[in-house]
Amino acid sequence: MKVTMRVNGAERTGDVEPRVLLVDFLRTNLALTGTHVGCDTTSCGACTVLLDGDPVKSCTVLAVQADGRDVKTVEGLAQGGALSPVQVGFHEEHGLQCGFCTPGMMMVGTALLENNPNPSEEQIRWAISGNICRCTGYMNIVKAIQHAAKLQQAAAAAPSQGAAVPAGGGE
Amino acid sequence: MFPAAFDYRAPATLDEALGVLKERGDDAKVMAGGQSLIPLLKLRFAQPALVLDIGRLPAMNQIGRNNGHLSIGALVRHVDVEHDLDLAKKVPILGEAAHWIADPLVRNRGTVVGSVCHADPAGDWGSVMLALGAELVARSASGERVIAVAGFFQDPFTTALKPDEIVTEIRIPISSGPAGGAYNKLERKVGDFATVAVAVQVEIDGRKVTRAGIGLTSVGPTNIKATQAEKALVGHELTDETIREAARLAAEAADPKDDIRGSAAYKKDVVRVFVQRGLHTALGRAQEVRA
Repeated sequence: MKVTMRVNGAERTGDVEPRVLLVDFLRTNLALTGTHVGCDTTSCGACTVLLDGDPVKSCTVLAVQADGRDVKTVEGLAQGGALSPVQVGFHEEHGLQCGFCTPGMMMVGTALLENNPNPSEEQIRWAISGNICRCTGYMNIVKAIQHAAKLQQAAAAAPSQGAAVPAGGGE
Repeated sequence: MFPAAFDYRAPATLDEALGVLKERGDDAKVMAGGQSLIPLLKLRFAQPALVLDIGRLPAMNQIGRNNGHLSIGALVRHVDVEHDLDLAKKVPILGEAAHWIADPLVRNRGTVVGSVCHADPAGDWGSVMLALGAELVARSASGERVIAVAGFFQDPFTTALKPDEIVTEIRIPISSGPAGGAYNKLERKVGDFATVAVAVQVEIDGRKVTRAGIGLTSVGPTNIKATQAEKALVGHELTDETIREAARLAAEAADPKDDIRGSAAYKKDVVRVFVQRGLHTALGRAQEVRA
């Protein structure tokens, strides 16, 4: 079946069997391997992407279900070579150890701050409760999202300055 | 993991969907959010020849209020119920249960009606709808019928729904007088199925119970309606004594199995405790609404 969706702002098409999962379409057909496959059983959240702005587990969405919809992956966070506030937060607050869960955590953090610019610690913990970090680095993940919230608020207060910083060489 | 191959249809109208089911209902599975079905397809526990995706049908994502009942459309997601503050005030058990389902990511996709139709005995909505005395509206190419949730669950993952039917909405009666409910759930971690959960809903007149609903999760082959316990409450005041007796009867109605989440005896006792706890909360909420 032919599918067309907006991925990170650009229209992408593909020809897939109905049984192909969104995560596999992103990784295999579009070579967007920033979205990870962890448990593949709807448990871990490593494959989290934003579907029409909502964080969802892309291992539990068929690519055909995303036809005509808007998808955002971790590759879509940095804009114009500048890291997003959430990415800066994870960088500066050491919000990762092995990094496997990080794309999913950052997508959830991004969606949270979109809806709730100033979340409490409890709200952050609740938001990431469907995402598992096997390094158990939750403390710093929470701090990273809190830091991102501050950056985003500062950027909103002084729009000309911006909170984003140039992307490092690691990407 | 890939599901086995299947045909896929995503109709744009209900009539078209019903037409597809009329032809191929026996080989088809209806999918709304897919949060229960897709895992089953991936594990190949389900291998339907056709997946009928109703996710694109119009006007089914509404929560409506009319003629003394609340209507939850087939595409209303858990998150929609969780964040409906007006609903949380009027029927607190709905938002409370939604909050405990799976995890926030699954709640962004999964639907209330889909969960009820999936008929997992560990599903939360089945018990809530039993407690609320809800009804399902089932449509087929040949017409519409209304099925009480109380007669809907037949076995694990097996319901009274016919192969050519789609549930278009759940109707929840809204009491004109004071009413309250609660959902208590014990889970090992976020995203796990309930070890045990209990839904209770009571309507009161003065201090007397005029209607009681109690639904049990994860303690039998289906969500269980604790009929004897409900009967023990109706016509009586909610005293510590009547609450204790109802809790005892509900625990008797539970038929759990020993498993990794706990022993059968333990689960029965959790039912007893949750019925007591839930009824105290429900009474408080009913009195709050009245005040």
